[in-house]
Amino acid sequence: MCQCCAEKKDIYLPQLATVMEAEAMNVTEKYLRLAMDDGQFDYIPGQFVEVSIAGIGEAPITITSSPTQKNGFEMVIRKIGNVTNAVHGLAKGAKIGIRGPLGDGTYPVEEAKGKNVVFICGGLGLVPQRAFINYVLDNRDDYGEVTILQGTKCYEQRLFVKEVAAWEKRDDVTMLETIDEPDDCWKGNVGVVTKLIPKVKTDLKSAVVLVCGPPVMYKFVLMSLEEYDVPHSNIFLNLERKMKCGVGKCGHCQINDVYCCMDGPVFRYSDLATLPEAI
Amino acid sequence: MSVKKISKDDFAVFVDALIDKTSVIGVQAKGDRFDFAPLESAKDLRLDYDVTLQPPKKYFLPPTEVLMTFEIGGAYHSEYEDQPFVLLGVHPYDMVAINQMDELFQQDNYDTHYMKRRNNATIIACDVVKPSENVFASSMGTAVVRGGYDVLLTDVGGAYVVESGTPRGEKLLSEMKGTVADEAALKSRDAVWSKNEKGLNRHELKCDAAYLPRLLDKAYDHPVWEERAKTCFACGSCNQVCPTCYCFNVQDDVNWDLQTGKRERAWDGCLLNGFTKVAGEHEFRNARSDRFRHRLYRKAKYVPAKIGGQIACVGCGRCVAACLPDIANPVSVYNRLIDDLGIG
Repeated sequence: MCQCCAEKKDIYLPQLATVMEAEAMNVTEKYLRLAMDDGQFDYIPGQFVEVSIAGIGEAPITITSSPTQKNGFEMVIRKIGNVTNAVHGLAKGAKIGIRGPLGDGTYPVEEAKGKNVVFICGGLGLVPQRAFINYVLDNRDDYGEVTILQGTKCYEQRLFVKEVAAWEKRDDVTMLETIDEPDDCWKGNVGVVTKLIPKVKTDLKSAVVLVCGPPVMYKFVLMSLEEYDVPHSNIFLNLERKMKCGVGKCGHCQINDVYCCMDGPVFRYSDLATLPEAI
Repeated sequence: MSVKKISKDDFAVFVDALIDKTSVIGVQAKGDRFDFAPLESAKDLRLDYDVTLQPPKKYFLPPTEVLMTFEIGGAYHSEYEDQPFVLLGVHPYDMVAINQMDELFQQDNYDTHYMKRRNNATIIACDVVKPSENVFASSMGTAVVRGGYDVLLTDVGGAYVVESGTPRGEKLLSEMKGTVADEAALKSRDAVWSKNEKGLNRHELKCDAAYLPRLLDKAYDHPVWEERAKTCFACGSCNQVCPTCYCFNVQDDVNWDLQTGKRERAWDGCLLNGFTKVAGEHEFRNARSDRFRHRLYRKAKYVPAKIGGQIACVGCGRCVAACLPDIANPVSVYNRLIDDLGIG
């Protein structure tokens, strides 16, 4: 091999990790806790990994644990494509390929210090947001008021039910939850997540607002936030795109001139003003 | 770097000697057209070609290549093809494209698979003798090239003027017969360059190529994208023949033993259906007109921003020839925008 290549690592080569814990959260979502076999894994909330199943392929998955948790890292994976279907077949002790952590666009862990933080999550959007939620809760004194809004399509799809209940009990967290479809088991709010925004007590104008949900959700959440004059530079959106390489080469995740994999997946809303393809 | 003059007969002797020593890829006739292919004899070499069907990019980024092998449930192992080769007869516009790809595959995250092939390549470029039917390299400033090659050949009638561009090229030059290029030979070469700088222009861009990013700044919502894309087949031919398109897919292939397999990358194209589709069927760039626009924005705005402003369309004209509904010609799109939006 030529010298210049011999000195560089192969950016496409996954490293092995072991499944330490695997548990079905509901019919479609599976929780996994992983540990890298070489022990090395430092990341920032908002970063993702390319999960590799040999013979099937790779899929980009955001880490749901906070780096303050030292016991490996966690993912929640919806069974929806080839790779994620295969992941659902993995049990404790199985090997899995991991590339990452990837993405320079992370949650504003430093910038949000001293400020009130508002998380707006739609469905599976709670999963990436949870990385920063728990980071904030593990460094509670560094941040102001914490508000979490969670909207879920139906009762059965609610995620991290015990953890959400624990957040609800804390007096230093405001946890508001809603489900789209009424259900006999559910006594709480009904309707889409934007319906919770008027209930937020924190001054939204001065808060750092973090949004993650399905593609269709962003437009409506941003329209609601517009009513409260939240500066666009204080809003952070976690965007999803098709990603193959995760390292800014393959072209699939491009949002106009920006690579979601490298410049994201978390973007400051004001930075998206010149990217009509973003929302 | 030195400049020599070598007779065509002596050059053929040099090429045959080179073929004996190493793998040589050269331009040859393919029916009544031309393409790069393994060269077995200097007499098959056609340096008088107009344009090749496929750009030489396939020797650095093959249509499919194995990135790694794996055992199911086990470790992954990088795979590299480690074969030195000579690429003979690269036109200046294709050389510019290779130079751009070199930068793109090295920047941010160094791609060892591309670079391994690239570092194994010795490139002998050659100036254009016969303009192709659709070339517009003069409009793009790529009709002549001043770097990236190991050796540059210029046909000056009965002989070639050869100039080395790297120490590797210098060594090749020392193996060639011929004499130090005299004043007359250099003048003839200047004449070829001057002629090509203006003459490789079957489609003339109405502005300086450097203006294109600013032109596109105001063209995002122009009706031309919709109008053109109406007849687009989304076949990806424009992507396939483009020397600067490098988007790829990654796919796994399991061997018959069901225990081992390989992960390959394969060319992909932003015009194709499903290029941005994620699991769950959401497609982020679904409209054909949006995909058509994306390609031309990549060429003249997005990629240039990554490579110091160079326009990532080199004017080879291959997409013009490959496009069945005849909508891909970048010059006609850009000229249409200039007509409507003006310059400045």
